[in-house]
Amino acid sequence: MARITLSGLAHSYVPDPADPDDWALKELNMTWQDGSAYALLGASGCGKSTLLNIISGLLAPSRGRVFFGETDVTDAPTAERNIAQVFQFPVVYDTMTVRQNLAFPLRNRGADADYVRRRVESIAAMIGMEAELDRKARGLTADAKQKISLGRGMVREDVSAILFDEPLTVIDPHMKWELRTQLRALHQQFGHTMIYVTHDQTEALTFADRVVVMHDGRVVQTGTPEELFERPEHTFVGYFIGSPGMNLLDAQVFGDTAWVGDHAVPLSGNYRPVRGRVQIGIRPEFVSLTSDGEGLPVEVSRVEDVGRYRIARAHHEGEPVNAVVAEGAAVGTGRARAVFAPERINVYVEDWRVAPEAEQGRAAR
Amino acid sequence: MNRTVNQKAWFLVLPVLVLVAFSAVIPLMTVVNYSVQDSFGNNQFFWAGLEWFEEILTSERVHNALGRQIVFSAIILAIEVPLGILVALSMPKRGFWASLSLVLIALPLLIPWNVVGTIWQIFGRVDIGLLGWTLRNLGVDYNYTQNALDAWITVIVMDVWHWTSLVALLAYAGLQSIPEAYYQAAKIDQASRWSVFRYIELPKMQGVLLIAILLRFMDSFMIYTEPFVVTGGGPGNATTFLSIDLVKMALGQFDLGPAAAFSLMYFLVILLISWVFYTVMVNLDRRGER
Repeated sequence: MARITLSGLAHSYVPDPADPDDWALKELNMTWQDGSAYALLGASGCGKSTLLNIISGLLAPSRGRVFFGETDVTDAPTAERNIAQVFQFPVVYDTMTVRQNLAFPLRNRGADADYVRRRVESIAAMIGMEAELDRKARGLTADAKQKISLGRGMVREDVSAILFDEPLTVIDPHMKWELRTQLRALHQQFGHTMIYVTHDQTEALTFADRVVVMHDGRVVQTGTPEELFERPEHTFVGYFIGSPGMNLLDAQVFGDTAWVGDHAVPLSGNYRPVRGRVQIGIRPEFVSLTSDGEGLPVEVSRVEDVGRYRIARAHHEGEPVNAVVAEGAAVGTGRARAVFAPERINVYVEDWRVAPEAEQGRAAR
Repeated sequence: MNRTVNQKAWFLVLPVLVLVAFSAVIPLMTVVNYSVQDSFGNNQFFWAGLEWFEEILTSERVHNALGRQIVFSAIILAIEVPLGILVALSMPKRGFWASLSLVLIALPLLIPWNVVGTIWQIFGRVDIGLLGWTLRNLGVDYNYTQNALDAWITVIVMDVWHWTSLVALLAYAGLQSIPEAYYQAAKIDQASRWSVFRYIELPKMQGVLLIAILLRFMDSFMIYTEPFVVTGGGPGNATTFLSIDLVKMALGQFDLGPAAAFSLMYFLVILLISWVFYTVMVNLDRRGER
């Protein structure tokens, strides 16, 4: 087990990258703390799998170095990195039994038979496949096969890290939850560094201590689920996390007021003058709708009941403004006013969050 | 669901029936007809019953040809299958070189069989053939027209040259269908090269290899043109395989009755062995499943 450091890492699948778009992974510096559970969250094609494959050594980065602890492993083959990885689609050795499949990584490293047997049995119990241990893997269903893949990923105790590349895609929803809980339990028990790639925010937020959000080949924010929810550093994080995502409105910011068109929206702090495209972001959870009063005029087109609360879908001059409405509160379609909780508003310049002066001052001290 | 009963629909099957009748059933029945009759010419036939079948079954000449045939098929399968897999494994997986090697590998398959025979017939000649002449001048006593072993080696090398490509191409197709994740998982699991072959590549190639083996078996068991062009079945009867013997009997000696009985049994033997092959391999495939 070790801390994983990525230094100046970048990757392009094109031999001579010229355009920024040629880079699947843009320059990246970050450290994965030993023993933490990370989720790597992002839309398809944002570079998550590329990053994962570089860490496991299946892919050599175009630039930069990878360190495990103090050791530079950039040029080390996968075998030397002692890493476990579980892929999106099940990979099982068809002609082997479930038991042989689970034992395979241990056997290849010359573990003694007694240890292998004990270890395989405890993993089988964890993935709930004790009964099928002596069956050939070939005839099993896709989710049984994926459980074997997961099992093979976790069978070695001494790995530097376990990487999961959207491992629960083919698993049915009930089992998904159960396996994720078990992965979590396993993490708490053994303290492996785990990196879990997913495009499903629920999966990311429930699995990880820290969530790394990637967008367009870049890590846009790393933080706890709360931080991502309350302080998205990038509009993508705001929009990608949360259901529905953060409302974003073009605005002009002067001091402690944002102007959306002719309408003033009070902010909780003073902002220095900014240049470029300015947006204000507010989570639907912090938008309240009133029939009269001072808020932003909106047109509610639809109210969706999603169980514990309702979502009001509204528009302000064509721009969507969603609000979460508590159960029982009266809300109807038609004209309304949207009021934003000032301390929950974030200001974005060219998609990146800027802090109010007070916060910047704190950061400087 | 309502089913419309319309027996006229059977007429739709008619074209196929006619086609199959003319292409397979009628010729086959002609052979059956010959096999149970005897003729002394003038298109006059006499009922002979199972006489010809008995004669063929007890004929030492046919036994020898069958023996040679089995040995030949066994040898070329034993060479072509592993060699084809080896070739497929060493071919590049993508890019320009992959396309180039595919074309090169496929070339022998595009050459007409009698031309293959002619190529090797000349290639192996000790007076003007590149191979024969070179061997002779290196001091090797090689002459496929006089030495039975040399004739066998020539015919086998020719078949390997001609048909290993088929096995290689099929095996290559099987290899190409293996998702990259399998190789990645194997790396993560620290599998050796042999393990990758044994547990990933071979199982994934099983289906196409079954087809390759079946095709190569049937073709080699029926081989005629190439050895006929190269050795004419000689020296002596050394390379007289079943089909060469059959043609000699039917057209050389004009023994229509025995030849018909021979070809029927030949057909049944191929059918039987192919069926056994297929059944055994399909069952191997299913073993271990519930």
